[in-house]
Amino acid sequence: MSTTSTKDHAELAGQFNADEKRVDWHDETLWWIRQKRDKAVNQLPEWELLRETASKIKEHGLSNLSNYLEEFEANAQANGITVHWAADAKEHNEIVHGIIKKHGVNRMVKSKSMLTEECHLNEYLTENGIEVVDSDLGERIVQLAKEPPSHIVLPCIHKKKEEIGDLFHEHLGTPAGVSDPQVLTETARQHLREVFLTRKIALTGVNFAVAETGEFVVCTNEGNADMGAHLSEVHIASMGIEKIIPKREHLGVFLRLLTRSATGQPITTYSSHYKKPRPGQEMHIVIVDNGRSVQLGRKDFRNSLKCIRCGACMNTCPVYRRSGGHSYHNAVSGPIGSILAPNLDMEKYADLPFASTLCGSCSNVCPVKIDIHDQLYKWRQVIVKAGYTTKAKTAGMKMMQWTLSSPGIYHAAGKAGRMVMKYAPFAVNNALNPWYKQRDMPKPPVESFDDWYKKNRGNK
Amino acid sequence: MTVGLFIPCYIDQFYPGTAIATLQLLEKLGVTVVYPPKQTCCGQPMANSGYEHLTTGCNELFIDNFSDFDYIVSPSGSCILHIKDHLHSEGRENEAVQIRHKVYELTEFLTDILKVEQLDAAFPHKVGLHQSCHGQRGLKLSQMTELVAAPFSKPLQLLNMVKGLELIPLSRQDECCGFGGTFCVAEEAVSVKMGVDRVADHLEHGAEFITGADMSCLMHMEGILKRQGSRVKVLHIAEILNSSAQ
Repeated sequence: MSTTSTKDHAELAGQFNADEKRVDWHDETLWWIRQKRDKAVNQLPEWELLRETASKIKEHGLSNLSNYLEEFEANAQANGITVHWAADAKEHNEIVHGIIKKHGVNRMVKSKSMLTEECHLNEYLTENGIEVVDSDLGERIVQLAKEPPSHIVLPCIHKKKEEIGDLFHEHLGTPAGVSDPQVLTETARQHLREVFLTRKIALTGVNFAVAETGEFVVCTNEGNADMGAHLSEVHIASMGIEKIIPKREHLGVFLRLLTRSATGQPITTYSSHYKKPRPGQEMHIVIVDNGRSVQLGRKDFRNSLKCIRCGACMNTCPVYRRSGGHSYHNAVSGPIGSILAPNLDMEKYADLPFASTLCGSCSNVCPVKIDIHDQLYKWRQVIVKAGYTTKAKTAGMKMMQWTLSSPGIYHAAGKAGRMVMKYAPFAVNNALNPWYKQRDMPKPPVESFDDWYKKNRGNK
Repeated sequence: MTVGLFIPCYIDQFYPGTAIATLQLLEKLGVTVVYPPKQTCCGQPMANSGYEHLTTGCNELFIDNFSDFDYIVSPSGSCILHIKDHLHSEGRENEAVQIRHKVYELTEFLTDILKVEQLDAAFPHKVGLHQSCHGQRGLKLSQMTELVAAPFSKPLQLLNMVKGLELIPLSRQDECCGFGGTFCVAEEAVSVKMGVDRVADHLEHGAEFITGADMSCLMHMEGILKRQGSRVKVLHIAEILNSSAQ
């Protein structure tokens, strides 16, 4: 779309669609998760009330964010946690690196944190000689494959078990050709156990930070955050400023919504509360802005910060299911990624708000009721006005405006268009017309409705 | 009651049969219908592409054409949703607001305003109903599978009044067909794949016709059906509801 970006969503999605069987598999896998979600939420008659409540709590939290952040900081400090503030990704990475350096180690275990993906922490630490092992199984798989996660909850959902078998054979020494999930999982378990036992520093994400208590909650299905944090001498937790909820009792709303939306489970297997370091342990929280306060200032887009990273919008999105997470070329993919990314770099991500039919399914599954598809529409307007579009598209749109603003020109153009389709179909039925590549054009009728009306009802 | 008939540009140009059926159906139900001749387009193709600022001409034209009617009815959920959400005018915002409150998609006009309870229509075929997203999720023409809420469907309510019509079930009741306006060419690969999958769901369940309240989705699916050499046809719901009983 823009001149400097490398590949846009349409091009990357086109590549993904070269293998139709794989697209079908990807689509059906994620649709199955959407169905599991439907089954789970339909067991709660109060589901829509829960969504509304969560949305309102987040609304309130965002409207009083600075107060709650300060309350959280004070309570966390009182609990013995060291609190750091990072204005952007660079500062976050430097803070984390500083803590690691201070302890004189060169390796760390990390559980799932989309914020650290957003900040490209792994790359930064690797460049600085620190080895990071991701302990979430899906994250570990994509890490071995040297790929970014393609989904915020299911990082390696784009990989088939045979491909994972090949990776494990190469990196973890499983016999060639083994793809039995139980064997692979056991191998990962043994491999990660060694990691957990030998790393002094563990980094986790934060799902919810409770202002009134200074505690934070980390949700995982594998217990990997707990294994890393409990065995470590230093626990670092990275959180975006929007993770704040005012009260502990609000967890009763969010924990019920999160995993039902994500995978159809009633609750995450582990919803661990971290309040203070155990004796002899150090605990750090890095609170990161990285563009969030700018987004908070955008009236039309501020409630994108309500997101609790459940991934339901990805699972339901018919475009995501058929284009794969990597086609969004951003840490957070899918519909929510498409409304968050332009805030970080409008030029680089100018294509993402257009990677949607605006069907609206994302907004309907969102547990915190973010108006995702309306925001996609609004980003389109902002991006075009900011000039991140092609001259050809603008010229085409101006031609359309000129034609459609004048009934006389419109009817003449329509007649001419139908004539062309009738007498010179090669002008539209060719490889340069993206419609015609895999679809036939409508058969041009002999007359428009307008012609018919004049002929049949003209004297009325 | 006088109704202004809004015929979206692509229906005017490519599917006059849909427009004629809409007109005839409304007249059969006793409505006085006027078709203002100077109409063009709602402006949605530009707005959804990020050029809402270029729709002033379309907006002013729409207000010129339609502000005098009791109701404005159109056989397109998508265009009606655009008007409802985005019709504005610097000099005539009052009229724009009034219009936004009196525009109706055809099926909701039949069920909610005319309160149609029976139709003298027959269509002895197996029919698949495509729920167009803008009509369904935007105008709330029917309940959405994502929500925990009681089911209803205005198009279905009407199709159930048609003699001989056999409605086929679908595996995915309300998945998007992938048309999406300029999305259909800008994201050609994904758009086509979505359309192929949607059509396959109807074919697997034995549809002879695919119907819906939005001709644009049907046009997209028709393009795919024709390319596949399928004999299954698309038909706007107005044409089914207007089909005469034998």
